[in-house]
Amino acid sequence: MKPVFTGVFGAFMFAALASTAIAETKLTIATVNNGDMIRMQGLTDDFTKANPDISLEWVTLEENVLREKVTTDIAAKGGQFDVLTIGTYEVPIWGKKGWLVPLTEVDDPGDLLPAIAGGLTVDGKLMAAPFYGESSMVMYRTDLMDKAGLKMPDAPTWEFIGQAARAMTDKAAETYGVCLRGKAGWGENMAFLTAMSNSFGARWFDENWKPQFDQPEWKATLDFYLSLMADAGPPGASSNGFNENLALFNSGKCGMWIDATVAASFVTGKESTVADKVGFALAPDNGLGKRGNWLWAWSLAIPAGTQKNDAAQKFVSWATSKHYTELVASKEGWANVPPGTRTSLYANPEYAKVPFAKMTLDSINSADPTKPTVKPVPYVGVQFVAIPEFAGIATTVGQIFSAALAGEKTADEALAEAQTTATREMTKAGYIK
Amino acid sequence: MARTVSTRRKLLVTALAWAIGLLIFFPILWTILTSFKTEGEAIALPPKFLFFDWTLENYGIVQERSDYLRFAMNSIMLALGSTFFALVIAIPSAWAMAFAPGRRTKDLLMWMLSTKMMPPVGALVPIYLIFRDFGLLDTRGGIITVLMLLNLPIIIWMLYTYFKEIPGEILEASRMDGASLGKELLYVLTPMAIPGIASTLLLNIILAWNEAFWTLSLTTKDAAPLTQFIASYSSPEGLFWAKLSAASTMAIAPILVLGWFAQKQLVRGLTFGAVK
Repeated sequence: MKPVFTGVFGAFMFAALASTAIAETKLTIATVNNGDMIRMQGLTDDFTKANPDISLEWVTLEENVLREKVTTDIAAKGGQFDVLTIGTYEVPIWGKKGWLVPLTEVDDPGDLLPAIAGGLTVDGKLMAAPFYGESSMVMYRTDLMDKAGLKMPDAPTWEFIGQAARAMTDKAAETYGVCLRGKAGWGENMAFLTAMSNSFGARWFDENWKPQFDQPEWKATLDFYLSLMADAGPPGASSNGFNENLALFNSGKCGMWIDATVAASFVTGKESTVADKVGFALAPDNGLGKRGNWLWAWSLAIPAGTQKNDAAQKFVSWATSKHYTELVASKEGWANVPPGTRTSLYANPEYAKVPFAKMTLDSINSADPTKPTVKPVPYVGVQFVAIPEFAGIATTVGQIFSAALAGEKTADEALAEAQTTATREMTKAGYIK
Repeated sequence: MARTVSTRRKLLVTALAWAIGLLIFFPILWTILTSFKTEGEAIALPPKFLFFDWTLENYGIVQERSDYLRFAMNSIMLALGSTFFALVIAIPSAWAMAFAPGRRTKDLLMWMLSTKMMPPVGALVPIYLIFRDFGLLDTRGGIITVLMLLNLPIIIWMLYTYFKEIPGEILEASRMDGASLGKELLYVLTPMAIPGIASTLLLNIILAWNEAFWTLSLTTKDAAPLTQFIASYSSPEGLFWAKLSAASTMAIAPILVLGWFAQKQLVRGLTFGAVK
């Protein structure tokens, strides 16, 4: 028995220790699992051929898991990653904390779309290079719109959206005029509602960081949203996020859907039962000068803890370059090029032929992360507020608004609760003296 | 006096047990079925149960995109490794608590259990920093240690319960015959407690296999187990339910098969200590 025990023990110790081998200039890249990122993983031969001394190791994760992991690692300076894929929310916060290395080798930085680059610049330095940008827009069923005797303008108002949604709804036939996000979360319902509130003249905080949920603009936003969803939304909308609404829209249950521009390729793709009956329009407004669309980009950044800065700079430069765009176009066609990052892409006549290319550009250009609201605000961010406390506060507020959508509380109760919560958290964090 | 149970009652209870069993198993069954659908059929409303075009394409894509075997190998190493070391520590501990209890044994047991009551995220930063400083991030050795410590309270408790059922006189007799402490543990106590140890072992393997919080937080690539493999297929923006289901089915298949073959032992062991 004794030799067996020793043998097994030894085997495990060997296995445990054997896993610590390290290769030379191996870049570990943390990334989200969207189509564009997966495509890039298949095209990296182009980079490694030009840089034979650098090898790439990918860690592909779901967005929320990735955010949690990368945040822990960068805050603790764990040094597990050399290149990070991060969102527009993280870049200004992490950049200010000195957690990111400024990018020095980005290909033609003047060519980046100003709306996108503005959100990634901290103190005049580009902290992350955009790989893929998106906004939100209205996707609608052309057949249902015709049936209702209406015509969607290129730039609709909320009033029109309300009218059209109610006209298209036929609950007996399980057709709902509009599908909107209701699932609680700062990146779920609050991304939509914050962007929507911008077009109603609302803002999260005034110039002194005082929460504004007690103001009439937020009441108008929430009242409109709740009554629209009650009249023309699908049942159980309080648990619907992007994927649930996509499934509803693709199976023909929604007349309109206001969500990320990336959805355009899904609703017109082969999995959609309504692919040939979809039209697009800009996100709605209320004539106040701001539209209800958001702005997001997945960008590549280099953590301050990396030992391989030079190699990482080279890779980020390659992945976000015009050369990469052409590489994708040559291998997989212009429709598969990562959208929303470069002016030159939209000036390219080949790319102009791609459906929804112009709508995506117009949507991105109509959002300004540095001036997101009608009234002045002390923060950056369209559908979020770029402060570390936002994710926590907005998730709580998102739960309150989701409960209001489920009919568990009225709009007034929800707003009062949101105001109390936000005020308490902002006071605790030291923003309100 | 044995009670007679009517056939009707037996049928009723059997039907009820099957209904509950199916209800519990349904999400897993649904995942397995979805893995054989196309992405379009996976989201179809109303959902299709059995009558769809069965396809293996999702498995092909998953296999092509990820190195399943590397993840699976890590899962096996982590589950077996943490269980092995946990048993090496837990058997003597449980022996001491069952056969040589002190004044504070009960308190000690309660304290050990109380460590399971803290949310794991509360310990994430300190453990992460320790791992960073000792170079244990993304190593199998590091994660085996964490999983072992994580499950140790449950293992000690289970073994303690089994050992309490064994009459102390038998151990005394072996001591009278001149057995040393090591021999007493290895040749007398362990063989008698085999069913209990076996079910503890199986339960711990299942717990370690399914552990997601620590394995996701502390591993990146070299030591990443199947939980990481699944996490790379879920997506908040994009409907890839069929591929995600295929990845999930591949991740749970080994433990499902193990559980199936070991169910007799598992049930016997789990009821052995408490009811006998």
